[in-house]
Amino acid sequence: MSASRIDRCFEALRQQDRAALVTFVTAGYPDYQHSAEILKGLPEAGADIIELGMPFTDPMADGAPIQLASQRALAGGHNTIKTLQMVREFREHNQDTPIVLMGYYNPIYCYGVERFLHDAAASGVDGMIVVDLPPEHDNELCVPAREAGIHFIRLATPTTDAARLPGVLVNTSGFLYYVSSTGVTGSAAPTAEKVEKELARIREHTNLPVAVGFGIRTAPQAERIARFADAVVVGSALVECIANADTEAQGRDDVLSLTRELSAAVRDARTTLNVS
Amino acid sequence: MSTATTLRQGPDTNGFFGHFGGRFVAETLMPLILELQKEYATARNSKDFIDEMDALRRDFVGRKSPLYLAERLTEQLGGAKVYLKREDLLHTGAHKINNCLGQILLAKRMGKIRIIAETGAGMHGVATATVAARFGMECMVYMGSVDIHRQQPNVQRMRLLGAKVIPVTSGAGTLKDAMNEALRDWVTNVADTFYIIGTVAGPHPYPAMVRDFQSIIGEETREQILEREGRLPDTLVACVGGGSNAMGLFHPFLDDESVAMVGVEAAGEGLDKRHAASLKGGTPGVLHGNRTFLLQSADGQIQDAHSISAGLDYPGIGPEHAWLNDIGRVSYAAITDDEALEAFHTLCRIEGIIPALETAHAIAYVMKVAPTLPQDHLIVINLSGRGDKDMSTVLAAMDASAENAEKDAGKDVKGEA
Repeated sequence: MSASRIDRCFEALRQQDRAALVTFVTAGYPDYQHSAEILKGLPEAGADIIELGMPFTDPMADGAPIQLASQRALAGGHNTIKTLQMVREFREHNQDTPIVLMGYYNPIYCYGVERFLHDAAASGVDGMIVVDLPPEHDNELCVPAREAGIHFIRLATPTTDAARLPGVLVNTSGFLYYVSSTGVTGSAAPTAEKVEKELARIREHTNLPVAVGFGIRTAPQAERIARFADAVVVGSALVECIANADTEAQGRDDVLSLTRELSAAVRDARTTLNVS
Repeated sequence: MSTATTLRQGPDTNGFFGHFGGRFVAETLMPLILELQKEYATARNSKDFIDEMDALRRDFVGRKSPLYLAERLTEQLGGAKVYLKREDLLHTGAHKINNCLGQILLAKRMGKIRIIAETGAGMHGVATATVAARFGMECMVYMGSVDIHRQQPNVQRMRLLGAKVIPVTSGAGTLKDAMNEALRDWVTNVADTFYIIGTVAGPHPYPAMVRDFQSIIGEETREQILEREGRLPDTLVACVGGGSNAMGLFHPFLDDESVAMVGVEAAGEGLDKRHAASLKGGTPGVLHGNRTFLLQSADGQIQDAHSISAGLDYPGIGPEHAWLNDIGRVSYAAITDDEALEAFHTLCRIEGIIPALETAHAIAYVMKVAPTLPQDHLIVINLSGRGDKDMSTVLAAMDASAENAEKDAGKDVKGEA
């Protein structure tokens, strides 16, 4: 496979000596139109990689903000076909920003794994994070995804010890997503010092870029993590912008303006470090 | 049918029964689940573990439970001879305690100090709160807000036993949502917490482990029926939500070809309306750590189940049941809310036993088929729990049907006029 969008993205950032900003938003939230507008606006606002959440009725690893976003998207008639359509429309204007679908296995399983991988690749999807598929089930989706040219991005957590880490890494590509705390999305983040130590431990096992997420909400937090991580993931805080806004349009604008703040912080992180 | 000499050796090393089962959980939980599997494999062969469990089963739980010939029910149905396996007589009033006892002993071995559980009807919550009190552990029980409302007596019992009952308002506020919330707690507090899952579902090793702890039901039944009748039963019947009481009764008989087995799902308002019959009305999917039959949309979104009995109000079923259905070893039927209510009243009046509404589904099935069977046909129903908790639901249903009857009577009068 020629260098993928994700590989090219990290290579370019390595040359700029800065971390990637990865933004998570839920597809179809608050509705299809505004969700598509958010997607379209994210690269210009400074998102380097976009994680697009595929709504599921039973998001067992998600905290309240993403649960509510998923429910609202589904109530509005969103489904897997529409998520892929949204990616296809995004690709009409953007050929560079990687898109990673994030969600749970059941909607993919019901869509049909082979059909899903085919349609996802054709729509311009670059990678997938499927929360409830540990490496023990790599044959279900992970291995077929790689064969279809889609990165399967694995989560490593504080409970993934040295004995387990090689197994987690074996079929992972694109980048590794380090979940900084045990818990659901949106829970409190541990101290940056602790995360930095954990990252050093993980890097003994892999040369893949390592993204850090779960509980990063503000520009100062993102800045601190971006000093040492290859990518910083922000999700619940962005999704909450929509929940807290008076109108859908306001929600869209708030998501993009928080993205701008986060992006500036991530871009400054290592410069600040060199000066101080 | 499978050509294997035994149907009792599943699951395989990855937790699969045929196509069903597995360990579809977040990475955070995987190390713990693997540790649990290892610990369980050691414990089940340890003399200390077995001895402690046997003693507690006898003196704390009140086993063995009687196998009771329901003479008047048999007489009324005028066909097969009906036995009731009286799990309703156990401490806490249902079979759930069998499993909780096994799991809390494991939790103790693993050095866990905090117990979490999900509950629907509240029987599993009460059983969990009971063993947590007995072993001095902190206990949190997740329960859907709808279920809290319809099972108040059990909520009060859990509180008396020192457990914290946490209302779950997400989704439909029933068992599925409680399980999601329990999983969120577990993933957050993975280091010190043991999750006591109440049925033969969830990630491997839970389906096998819960089955093993419940198999005492079938083991005793075999011994008791041989003593009473000198032969094995012809048909075993049990209600199925997740399916733990059914699996406990069926599993020790799986290799006895002469024994037929029927799992009874909740048809709610009817299979063409709102129901909870995952096998009869669902499709394969992945939820709560296992692949099984689920009530879901074509897009793989889980649908809300409906049953008058909170304990059957779940859109999935244990993976081993999905497999037994697949290979045809166990057959599955479905009983509506109305049929279950009628069976509930029948058992109250002619046997002096108030069954749980869940259990009433199994009784209703037997009321349908027993009259068509010969008098030497032996049926064993797992009387999985008592119905004290269901008083308000049953009384509300009686009031509603009385109102409807009045309305209908009014219509008739008008019609005649």
